[in-house]
Amino acid sequence: MSKVAVFDTRPEQAVRAESPLAITRLADRVASNASAEAGVTLREKAFLGHLILRGGAIALDEAVREVLGISLPAKPSALAHDESGERSIQWLSPDEWLVIVPGGEEFELENRLREQMGDAHFAIVNVGGGQTVIELSGPYAREVLMKSAIYDVHPSHFPVGKGVTTVFAKATAIIRRPSEDRWELVVRRSFADYCGRWIIDASEEYGLNVLD
Amino acid sequence: MFNIYCPYCEEHREEEEFHPKGQAHIQRPTDPDACSDKAWGDYLFFRDNPRGIHHELWVHAVGCRKFFNITRHTVSYAILETYKMGEQPTITAESLASEEKQGDVQVADGGLQTVGASDNSVSESKGAKV
Repeated sequence: MSKVAVFDTRPEQAVRAESPLAITRLADRVASNASAEAGVTLREKAFLGHLILRGGAIALDEAVREVLGISLPAKPSALAHDESGERSIQWLSPDEWLVIVPGGEEFELENRLREQMGDAHFAIVNVGGGQTVIELSGPYAREVLMKSAIYDVHPSHFPVGKGVTTVFAKATAIIRRPSEDRWELVVRRSFADYCGRWIIDASEEYGLNVLD
Repeated sequence: MFNIYCPYCEEHREEEEFHPKGQAHIQRPTDPDACSDKAWGDYLFFRDNPRGIHHELWVHAVGCRKFFNITRHTVSYAILETYKMGEQPTITAESLASEEKQGDVQVADGGLQTVGASDNSVSESKGAKV
């Protein structure tokens, strides 16, 4: 095993934590037009575990299969989920993948991956503090993406199981499609407030519903 | 706007996701201590400015963040091919010129004329170093 100092970024004591989008107070801003028939539903998936894996595809694939039970997506822009749909791996670059797991699992996962990789040439970085996931759903979620992103999100070009890093509202973001009716945005912490406000504005005409 | 094919992402993306990084295939002198000031100056500061085929380094800054090469025509702006780092271009000024000769096309000297020059004459002009 490599001699890399690792530590659990989650404190042992119960400390009050604030998600990157908390400052936006989304629910307060859209309370007036939130309704059951809202065209767009927004939910922040805060405090998930994000890991960046870098290294050779073959060695990483073996380790990820063993530890997570998902095979490493080898095709560009591919996104793979486990059976529960809670854990995912996304292709970001020929030697770079993004793993998102439920919050709290990432430290153990990182350690097990490091053990599994042994002396191979690789890097694992916990980026959970730097980004957050915003989930968009509803009949008009795609319309909001069409207005905001330069990437073509038509179903023929953007099938389920695809995820790309592109420009969303002039900010860098990952757009992913985990299922038929859900879209996910992975945005930087420092851009979360901006993107949140942008989505409020862009989805105003369809009606926005914010879930906790 | 360019619609650029990223050889790593294997699809066309908007130009907004890319940054140009200048001339491609620039070789660092193997022994900088031993090379002449002129050779070092050429390496650091002097770039080709061809009228015609130009091999350029680009980076997919927002996408996969990989560097790759583009063969572009500096007059028509047409992107002729994109290829990964470490690969050699299949389309060069020389390869296009020899194709034209085989087609028995009369090529006028492009000279200094910039307006109204045909693509044929342009591709005959001095090409980039490969």
